[in-house]
Amino acid sequence: MTNMKRRTLLKGTLAASAVGMAIGTGLLTPRIVLAAWPKDSFDAKTVDAALNGLFGSSTLEGNDKIKIKVPDIAENGAVVPVSVEVEMTGVESISILAEKNATPLTSSYTLGSNTDPFVATRIKLGKTSSVIAVVKAGGKLYSAGKEVKVTIGGCGG
Amino acid sequence: MANTIKVRAKLAGDVTTVKALVSHPMETGLVKDKKTGQLIPAHFIQEVTCEHNGNNVLTALWGVAISKNPYLSFRFKGAKVGDKLTLRWVDNTGKSDAEETVID
Repeated sequence: MTNMKRRTLLKGTLAASAVGMAIGTGLLTPRIVLAAWPKDSFDAKTVDAALNGLFGSSTLEGNDKIKIKVPDIAENGAVVPVSVEVEMTGVESISILAEKNATPLTSSYTLGSNTDPFVATRIKLGKTSSVIAVVKAGGKLYSAGKEVKVTIGGCGG
Repeated sequence: MANTIKVRAKLAGDVTTVKALVSHPMETGLVKDKKTGQLIPAHFIQEVTCEHNGNNVLTALWGVAISKNPYLSFRFKGAKVGDKLTLRWVDNTGKSDAEETVID
């Protein structure tokens, strides 16, 4: 009888410590985080489908307060620097799309309340394409775009 | 995993500028291995988060169209010199890494 109790106790503690270790080393947490990644939007083949997946709408308003900085000509489509700066307040998120990529959505940034509406990164462009910044502010979607000429593509061999 | 993140945060006026470089292959899953002719499986960072004093300042969701060895820069307000900033990424295979830096 005492032996049995000991065994269950041992099993219990082992299991608990295994879970604790998994959380501690970050083995479990990423799975929870990953659930939020919008796979459908990233797999979407058109700009509209990607936006519908992300925001439930693809109605965009043009806006000259969105400054998108990309090179006019990209020699190497695998590394195209992009920066987006928005001269508005209350910006909730910034998304960057490449219209002619097989899957247009490249990335989406959710801003904290103290974060400036500015992001810069480097994206891949399969071919000459318009790069579109979509900004969500006050429940509305605004966008601005600029074309980049690509001489060597960056998506595929 | 060896440290994959280089992150710098600099305060100027009341704005902190964060610049980060991550070493990651960012495979799209569309490229063939030249030797074997087999497709190289997709392997890319899906989420990058940045925390300052326990507050999330930025969540970036990334697809395969972010360049290899990604670069990310952004700015936020409300930090002081000496504050800690943590940058963390998670990729599609469940691997992750985090790096803490001090704002200067």
